[in-house]
Amino acid sequence: MNLSQDQLRSMYRTMVSIRNFEETVKQAFAKGHIPGFVHLYVGEEAIATGVCSALRSSDTITSTHRGHGHCIAKGCDMNSMMAEIYGKATGLCKGKGGSMHIADVGKGMLGANGIVGGGPPLACGAGLTSVVTGSGDVCACFFGDGACEQGTFHESANLAAIWNLPVIFVAENNGYAQSTPASYHCAIENIAERAASYGIPGAVVDGTDVFAVHEAAVEAVKRARAGQGPSLLECKTYRHHGHFEGDQQTYKDDLYKSVSQGKDSIRDFRALVTQHGWFTSEELDAIDQEARQAVEEALAYAESSPLPQVEEVTSDVYVSYP
Amino acid sequence: MAVATAARTITIAEALNESIRLEMRADPKIVIMGEDIAGGAQVEHLEDDEAWGGVMGVTKGLVHEFGRERVLDTPISEAAFIGAAVGAAATGLRPIAELMFCGFLGSCLDSLLNQGSKLRYMFGGKAMVPVTIRTMIGGGFRAAAQHAQTLYPMFANIPGLKVVAPSNAADAKGLLTASIRDDDPVIFCEHITMYTMKGEVPGGEHIVPIGKAAVARPGSDVTLLGVSLTAVHALNAAETLAKEGIDAEVIDLRTVSPLDEETILESVKKTGRLVIVDEANPLCGLASHIAGMVASRGFHWLRAPVGMVTAPHSPVPFSPVLEDAYLPNPQKVVAAVKETCSKAS
Ligand SMILES: Cc1ncc(C[n+]2csc(CCOP(=O)(O)OP(=O)(O)O)c2C)c(N)n1
Ligand SMILES: [Mg+2]
Repeated sequence: MNLSQDQLRSMYRTMVSIRNFEETVKQAFAKGHIPGFVHLYVGEEAIATGVCSALRSSDTITSTHRGHGHCIAKGCDMNSMMAEIYGKATGLCKGKGGSMHIADVGKGMLGANGIVGGGPPLACGAGLTSVVTGSGDVCACFFGDGACEQGTFHESANLAAIWNLPVIFVAENNGYAQSTPASYHCAIENIAERAASYGIPGAVVDGTDVFAVHEAAVEAVKRARAGQGPSLLECKTYRHHGHFEGDQQTYKDDLYKSVSQGKDSIRDFRALVTQHGWFTSEELDAIDQEARQAVEEALAYAESSPLPQVEEVTSDVYVSYP
Repeated sequence: MAVATAARTITIAEALNESIRLEMRADPKIVIMGEDIAGGAQVEHLEDDEAWGGVMGVTKGLVHEFGRERVLDTPISEAAFIGAAVGAAATGLRPIAELMFCGFLGSCLDSLLNQGSKLRYMFGGKAMVPVTIRTMIGGGFRAAAQHAQTLYPMFANIPGLKVVAPSNAADAKGLLTASIRDDDPVIFCEHITMYTMKGEVPGGEHIVPIGKAAVARPGSDVTLLGVSLTAVHALNAAETLAKEGIDAEVIDLRTVSPLDEETILESVKKTGRLVIVDEANPLCGLASHIAGMVASRGFHWLRAPVGMVTAPHSPVPFSPVLEDAYLPNPQKVVAAVKETCSKAS
């Protein structure tokens, strides 16, 4: 493996930060502190982490309704993220977007998205910008298995292929779109097979294995940066919690439950790196502790932040208005 | 499941469910489709039990009675399944499709803008598209810009679509039944915050005609006009105003298109004042359309400028303080009425 100690440490920190952030959001939501809906990324941390660790900071990503993990992996500030989820003035979007629209354009995070299938066309646009300006940046486009059935995904994959755009399509296949199993909503078993119909490379990887995701992402990013066009990466994963908080999850079968219990990217990472002697458990525990503290700080920041001023209702509609 | 024959108090969600159930019993050509409308399709241990019954539970239990052949879970492919509902309607079925949030209109616009609404006209009257699209409108759920929109003016701007938005449980049942039986495409708007509101609903068959507004409260000083949740706001405002000596007549529009101009004009003729309450964005919207209609057909009856309480010209914000400021509410209506009543003659 070509990963430095620093890279490994950073990947682990990202994964545990996401896990902690999401479990904290879950508790705060249960207490009624968070307005609206939240969709948690617990179980899927290795995908955002593995892909974003293959990107450079000027690269961009598009995200989904389940976007907190993508934000953290792309380097968004957790304090401002939590404040956004709380609807506070200090939030990344001044409290105007919330969990489903959390974004940080300056960090290349082009937004969570309330529209399933909203991301892929935007990712093509980011890819086009890169080509026209010659920036060499790539765009990683995250979307769920359910989103693969939107026309926007098919059209975007084809557009990116014919225009040779530097886009990495990352399908996060967690087996369900809300309560609908992928085996029902999709006619084929592997979404990655669709790559053939766009004439682009497609690969299936274990989305709970951060090393596998990272390796595949590095390959796709290399191609994209070299002007060889888009790739489709299907990451098989498991959503540990409900579709949104409050979902009873009666549709999950025992197999899914037991496999998802057995597949924990963070636990597996720890086992592997300690077995190889790359890190001791104590070193990892210390990172856990740091991450926990950072999330606690984020929560305190969000809770103590001011609410937005009502004038904000009509600001930001246009850049300028006569 | 037995459906009561006598009137009883049930929620709007239950009233909608009852309408669909009764219609599906009576007409085998009715199929319903949508994302997780039953939920858990092909999940073995559910044995065809539903996992959700729709995100808001409106279609709960229907898969039990009618099976997966007539209660179809769809992939997240609005362009395909809303389009398929239109196509099925044009070829002999009478589908009810659920577009979960009206903001998802963006994902299936062609089917409604260029196909469903226009087939009959373009084909010289030789096609019929009896499809009902149920969709959620409105704010108040902190669901933010893409999931809290009120888009009936956009639908109503398309000739060929009928657009309905009930404000209570009885109308929800009666108007949905009328929509399903209607031979034209009907966009049936359900307000996200209203599903649990209860009201007395007739048992058995109950029809409220499309295109007929209701005088929900008679009055003499001012006409308050609302639709869906804003009709409820208007009624609440009227109670407050009554205590202050202002007798408001409340019109619940019920149907946005075709518009019941006569009921509106008759009321304005009586009261001489009009305040319109509308949760949609104002530019080229419902409130401005009605104000224009009254100005051109009933100007001589108006004793004051038409008042309007609408959302501002901005997307719906997330933060509760902002969303509350964004949305119409009874206090805003009361203030607007007082302003209108304080004006000349
Ligand atoms: C256009 C559109 N249709 C439907 C929805 C409602 N919805 C939100 S998330 C979701 C399921 C998404 O499933 P998937 O793409 O697999 O992502 P996951 O939730 O599993 O991460 C649905 C149907 C939506 N937000 N946008
Ligand atoms: Mg999924």
